[in-house]
Amino acid sequence: MRLRGSALVMTLYILFLLVPIYWLLNMSLKTNTEITSTFTLFPKELTFRNYAVILTDPSWYMGYVNSIIYVVLNTVISITVALPAAYAFSRYSFMGDKHLFFWLLTNRMSPPAVFALPFFQLYSSIGLFDTHIAVALAHCLFNVPLAVWILEGFMRGVPKEIDETAYIDGYGFWRFFLRIFMPLIASGIGVAAFFCFMFSWVELLLSRTLTSVNAKPIAAVMTRTVSASGMDWGVLAAAGVLTIIPGALVIWFVRNYIAKGFALGRV
Amino acid sequence: MDKTLNNKAWFLVLPVLVVVAFSAVIPLMTVVNYSVNDTFGNNDFFWAGLEWFEEAVTSDRIHAALGRQILFSAIILAIEVPLGIYIALNMPKQGFWSSLCLVLMALPLLIPFNVVGTIWQIFGRVDIGLLGHTLAALGLDYNYVRDPFAAWATIIVMDVWHWTSLVALLCYAGLQSIPNAFYQAARIDQASRWKVFRYIELPKMQGVLLIAVLLRFMDSFMIYTEPFVVTGGGPGNSTTFLSIDLVKQAVGQFDLGPAAAFSIMYFLVILLVSWVFYTVMTNLDKAEGQ
Repeated sequence: MRLRGSALVMTLYILFLLVPIYWLLNMSLKTNTEITSTFTLFPKELTFRNYAVILTDPSWYMGYVNSIIYVVLNTVISITVALPAAYAFSRYSFMGDKHLFFWLLTNRMSPPAVFALPFFQLYSSIGLFDTHIAVALAHCLFNVPLAVWILEGFMRGVPKEIDETAYIDGYGFWRFFLRIFMPLIASGIGVAAFFCFMFSWVELLLSRTLTSVNAKPIAAVMTRTVSASGMDWGVLAAAGVLTIIPGALVIWFVRNYIAKGFALGRV
Repeated sequence: MDKTLNNKAWFLVLPVLVVVAFSAVIPLMTVVNYSVNDTFGNNDFFWAGLEWFEEAVTSDRIHAALGRQILFSAIILAIEVPLGIYIALNMPKQGFWSSLCLVLMALPLLIPFNVVGTIWQIFGRVDIGLLGHTLAALGLDYNYVRDPFAAWATIIVMDVWHWTSLVALLCYAGLQSIPNAFYQAARIDQASRWKVFRYIELPKMQGVLLIAVLLRFMDSFMIYTEPFVVTGGGPGNSTTFLSIDLVKQAVGQFDLGPAAAFSIMYFLVILLVSWVFYTVMTNLDKAEGQ
């Protein structure tokens, strides 16, 4: 009985999530005339022209490549620097730890709009403007604090006795950290990496400000569809559909880490 | 958990400090600099003191935007947090269906903000959108371009659509960390469903719930791209939230000084509320632990 209730709730919720996405997919397979002139639940004249436009034009598909490069860079940097810091926050108390932790979080809270112009000046002056690494570093602003925060939460759930036992058994810090501790919080790393990927992938304001040609992200390329001849709804919808795919792939890989949960109590 | 006092832990935090100093402290100093200066272009700056701050504090336009912003964030939290917990509790625990739910629920989160705006802009249009068309067919007078109430409803539904999954996924991750033994013990004690939720699931979810509430508060308070794409802040000023107002001022009119002063105060408001949240939740944590 309860199980059936759950299934119903989930079905309704997922339908609510998917219908707008379906509408986007539906539009991406229609011609512009069909979109603006008639109202149809399914494309009447199925067309792949909108996708062909994107996949044959380098200024379109390079947008995806650029986005993926800086998002991956950012995720790697964020997780690498956040791991030891999160361990420090979860295990040790040190001078100013609480203030530091909260100060880190404040960076997550700052409106990106505030930082756009200073970032532009900073990265231009050191010659990093329009590079992938510039966007990756800029996105560290909100991703590093988030990664520290999420990882700290997961690490707190691992009993401290494990650390102590490992040290007694003669493990050094890094060997213990890499061989024993990281597998224990694998689900936490998965979740943190997922969120870093996500927030970097969807951010538009900073990535658009810091790039012009070589590292232009897909979200900025998409604003091109507003042209003199009106909105190119079909191509816009197709580009939107394509932005969903990399994210869907990532969550598919991470799902086991989240789903497995962490082995708390089973160690 | 008792923590060992060890100041060498600073070395573990150092990489984070370097990265964040580069990406936050230096730019923030620039903003502070703008906020106390006036400029007429050409990088000529004149000391303006607290003039811009006074202007921002007394501005009716900013007061109105702040009011709308608070109302918006309150509605968003009131809907998304309970709904997210409810969804997390109803998710299948393991197996194929659980993976499928995870992937499908994460989809809206991975759509760039401007695309989310575009989706709902199209979806709500009376001429080409499913939602607008259906509501019109039901005889409702729905038009988010003209009617402030419809505009608000559209933006709120859009945000619920976009972000409830985040709350749900975080809660779900928290729920997964509860060992089966806890549920078995509860079954032996014949605890009711509500008691299992209240005394087992909720305390275990507290940490992730804190993350979820803070994230949702901060992001809804800084929301820019989605309402901008859907309504452009209109009709009139009815959906002009703080960020939209700020960007109008900074980029539209290029008033760097007032915009910088405004953004510093904006930042302080977010800071204050987040600090309250953080302290309350941490104290709650300690009280339950005793």
